[in-house]
Amino acid sequence: MRITCPYCGERALDEFTYRGDATVKRPDSLDENTAEAWVDYVYLRDNPAGPHKELWHHGAGCHAWLEVTRDTVTHEILDVAFARKGC
Amino acid sequence: MRYSIASLVANALTGNRNWKPVWREPEPKPAYDVVIVGGGGHGLATAHYLAKEHGITNVAVIDKSYLGSGNVGRNTTIVRSNYLLPENEPFYEWSMKLWEGLEQDLNYNTMVSQRGVLNVFHSDGQRDAFVRRGNAMLLHGADAQLLDREQVRTLVPFIDFDNARFPVRGGLLQPRGGTVRHDAVIWGYARSADTLGVDIIQNCAATGFRIENGRILGVETERGFIGAKTVALSVAGSSGRVAQMAGLRLPVESHALQAFVTEGIKPLLDTVITFGAGHFYCSQSDKGGLVFGGDIEGYNSYAQRGNLPAVEDVAEGGMALMPAIGRLRILRSWAGLLDMSMDGSPIMDHTPVEGLYFNGGWCYGGFKATPAAGWCFAHLIATGQPHPHATAYRFDRFGTGRVIDEKGVGAQPNLH
Ligand SMILES: Cc1cc2nc3c(=O)[nH]c(=O)nc-3n(C[C@H](O)[C@H](O)[C@H](O)COP(=O)(O)OP(=O)(O)OC[C@H]3O[C@@H](n4cnc5c(N)ncnc54)[C@H](O)[C@@H]3O)c2cc1C
Ligand SMILES: [Zn+2]
Repeated sequence: MRITCPYCGERALDEFTYRGDATVKRPDSLDENTAEAWVDYVYLRDNPAGPHKELWHHGAGCHAWLEVTRDTVTHEILDVAFARKGC
Repeated sequence: MRYSIASLVANALTGNRNWKPVWREPEPKPAYDVVIVGGGGHGLATAHYLAKEHGITNVAVIDKSYLGSGNVGRNTTIVRSNYLLPENEPFYEWSMKLWEGLEQDLNYNTMVSQRGVLNVFHSDGQRDAFVRRGNAMLLHGADAQLLDREQVRTLVPFIDFDNARFPVRGGLLQPRGGTVRHDAVIWGYARSADTLGVDIIQNCAATGFRIENGRILGVETERGFIGAKTVALSVAGSSGRVAQMAGLRLPVESHALQAFVTEGIKPLLDTVITFGAGHFYCSQSDKGGLVFGGDIEGYNSYAQRGNLPAVEDVAEGGMALMPAIGRLRILRSWAGLLDMSMDGSPIMDHTPVEGLYFNGGWCYGGFKATPAAGWCFAHLIATGQPHPHATAYRFDRFGTGRVIDEKGVGAQPNLH
């Protein structure tokens, strides 16, 4: 598997660190009513077999956080973008 | 047929032409009392104990492929009960006790080999952590011995004691740990369950569930609908995919783990050894190959294969611990699909769907758990109550904060 970083180009997998599912949403309050939303955010995952949006950190390169769309069945990389929008 | 010295001699004298198939190949019936989805080690052990300990025999085990196609036939066969946390250690020690009596229970040679599991350590801090772990094991009735450097040398004289970065300072040994022939485990449980009346149906994937008013009514399969008021999921790396068909989201990610075996050599290693400064574990199979592995791949995957960075990492760990391994050629490597839970510990519980039970989240360590997982899952299914050794393995621990995190790394599966 190689990931094409928008800054650095195509790089080997071991330059990157995996964080996980990029679609989970952090609740914006510590209010008691959000307890379930927090459990969902921290622990529950769709874990799809197929395209998966996920976060990778280019630690041995430009240090950018990337949002990668990758097929979990074939390992094919479908898309790479900066995780922070508007970069 | 019961296996015995008499049956062996009788069959040898008749040219081994009269052995019967070890289990039947029945057509699925329209309905059963219990349908177990997943014919891995856990699913079949569950069927065996449901029949034998609870008298529930109107049971089918369905699998999408052939028996042994999943992790049960892909693991590195290490069994041990060297856990630290009180939620885990009694469970794994119960599993160890079941391994010790398994061959008699199944009337099948599963080649349980208590050759010891030796975890070497490389620093004072690591020794303190292993002392603590060893004491936790002793408190729960397991066995543990702290070895100094010279005692380790008598067991494995060829490892690199004076490695510049990771000198070997000693080890924690569990003499009752070891290896078990994984294929024999699956065949032994399958044969026993079949003999007790369980239908084992291969090449029959579950494709959906029939659920009405929050209650399970049965399983849709490739070979038609099978009715059942009780359905038990035990599909390891496919947990997410299968649970999704019942509308459930799990605290689980699927990851791949690779393993390797070298060409066969004369006896070298008569224990299981693990490296303390990286992730590498190794034993020697009865055919002479060194069987070893290391870390999981570290990204979500449903591909039963890995990538080269993990191979490199395992090779580096092997070379740091036992440089002699560098002279050997790797014969084969493969990978399995792991159900990595968010705290690194398993889940065995009711689900929100009445009559639907879940067993999974065994990460890279569920082979050693096979007998106790089957025993406790059968108990849960038969009585509706968790077995005393498995009460902590609940879904709601993620909400209540009672997570079971042996490594203390948080909700990040690739760090467990
Ligand atoms: C490389 C590797 C090394 C390992 N080493 C060790 C070790 O040394 N010690 C240890 O304790 N553990 C080890 N493990 C972990 C251990 O193998 C697993 O945790 C354990 O085998 C999982 O339980 P199982 O045997 O029931 O799983 P599996 O054998 O994977 O059974 C699950 C079954 O479910 C079936 N299934 C999936 N989807 C469906 C469907 N839709 N319908 C019907 N059936 C379905 C699959 O075909 C499969 O047969 C290792 C795992 C791997 C991959
Ligand atoms: Zn980059």
